[in-house]
Amino acid sequence: MSAPVVTRATRASRVAMVIAALAVIVLALAPWWAGRADLRLMGEIFLYLSLACLWNLMAGYAGLVSVGQQAFVGFGGYMLFALTIFGGLHPIVAILGSGVLAAMLSVPVAALIFRLKGAYFAIGTWVMAEVFRLTFAQVSALGGGSGTSLPVGVVKSLAASRSGREALSYWLALGAAITVITCVYLFLRSRRGLALTAIRDSEVAASGLGIDIWRTKLEVYVVTSAFTAIIGGLIFLQKLRISPDAAFSVNDWTAFVIFIVVIGGIGTLEGPIIGTLVFFLLRETLADFGTIYLMVLGAVAIVVMLKAPKGIWGLVRDRYDLELFPLSYRVRIKED
Amino acid sequence: MSALLSVAGLRKSFGAVVVADDTSFDIAQGEAVGILGPNGAGKTSLFNLVTGALSPDAGRITFQGQDISTSSAARRCKIGIARSFQVPQPFGGMTVFENALVGAVEGAGMRSHEAEAHVLAVLEDTGLLAKANIRAGALTLLDRKRLEMARALAARPKLLLLDEIAGGLTEAECTALIDTIKAVHAGGTTIIWIEHVVHALLAVVERLIVIDFGKKIAEGPPKTIMDSAEVKEIYLGVDPDV
Repeated sequence: MSAPVVTRATRASRVAMVIAALAVIVLALAPWWAGRADLRLMGEIFLYLSLACLWNLMAGYAGLVSVGQQAFVGFGGYMLFALTIFGGLHPIVAILGSGVLAAMLSVPVAALIFRLKGAYFAIGTWVMAEVFRLTFAQVSALGGGSGTSLPVGVVKSLAASRSGREALSYWLALGAAITVITCVYLFLRSRRGLALTAIRDSEVAASGLGIDIWRTKLEVYVVTSAFTAIIGGLIFLQKLRISPDAAFSVNDWTAFVIFIVVIGGIGTLEGPIIGTLVFFLLRETLADFGTIYLMVLGAVAIVVMLKAPKGIWGLVRDRYDLELFPLSYRVRIKED
Repeated sequence: MSALLSVAGLRKSFGAVVVADDTSFDIAQGEAVGILGPNGAGKTSLFNLVTGALSPDAGRITFQGQDISTSSAARRCKIGIARSFQVPQPFGGMTVFENALVGAVEGAGMRSHEAEAHVLAVLEDTGLLAKANIRAGALTLLDRKRLEMARALAARPKLLLLDEIAGGLTEAECTALIDTIKAVHAGGTTIIWIEHVVHALLAVVERLIVIDFGKKIAEGPPKTIMDSAEVKEIYLGVDPDV
């Protein structure tokens, strides 16, 4: 008699969890072992990793291929400046507040752009981001088109010493990345995640099996927008200066993020992590070559799309049936 | 006894192509009904209208006495209508088990442990248990068709719509499929089955509806229908004068 058992964790996923836990401990101690420049770079890596995970959830799972997430990066950045300068809020409170505001703002935005499909949706999101940029460029209290700096008083309220601030800003970035990855993982593992994964693979079958596609997509859009704004706040807390062009840059906050997700493996949790590592490896090795760096990025993207359309992780997963985040259900038929 | 599903005056056309032309019929609780008709007659479109994948130009669809003409496809599944797709639509990146789990969790609204046990039972019944861990995208066409049925059954429907699932099966496989469908029907599920493999259909259904150019042209007990000259002419291509 055989009794099938349903499990989710695999050996690889258990090993990966242990390694991840160790890595988090080592990374949390970085302010004591890394130099100032390295700390800054690692903070940037964590924020890009967060953006990539969020974009992957939205585009890779919910099928919302947005090229306008810079709208929420910039919105979060500007809200950090506005809420601290005019509202007198502590920067961390302001950043969390910007997430709430972005969630509220994303509902009417979704009501507009969800009417568009496919390529039209992508262009619609971009147009929306331009509207955001032009709007913030009109606000003279925030420096208009040329931007503004975070006042010294606000910066000092984070921590008295410069090294203290750098460590704090690093920990915030690390914490954000861990929070985003954990939230996305728990979401995908839940029953809502099962529904979202089904939508990823076939919308017509998903709706035929009782999944409300519109509502699921809206939920994902609102949550990713809120988190994206929070990451935006953290990015500009690190930069200490904001301007409309920097805040709403399609290159910095969307093109690079799409590159990361696509070469890493879209529609997988592991993909954005690998993509982020590859992106920064390329950027740091090619930084001295100027624009050649962008040409190499383009070439890498084209080769990966042609040779491994599911990205680097897709290639690995298909070959070795690996899964580092235990999302799959596995049925074991026990013989006894 | 009132009808489980009632379709009245259903119309749908795409430009000049009419896929439903004033179609009306009732399906009683616990019935098994077959739908016949040549290719392009509007059989699959009829399923799309009943499940909400298409919205009708006119007409009413009533399920358990409730007008569902404007309900979403998702809502219709939740209240008990599930279907298999003629062209399989597997969730390719998910395993066979997960595919069926979607039906149990979303369609039937089961809790996780209940859903897992139910899915295992359905996979056992449909002969897919040994392939539970395979990604659906890697399945053969035959297994994809099996999966279509497994996924629909996992949603624990009151009304099951099957769209050409017997085509391409060997004799033994076909017999197994008939047994599975009979067991589902015996369990109280109402079935509407579109099928070109007529002997499989006749082994299960109690009534036949024949459709051509979106119009219902005949309806009745299988034997009467199969013997009628009109059906032989339109569906089987037999010249009535011969």
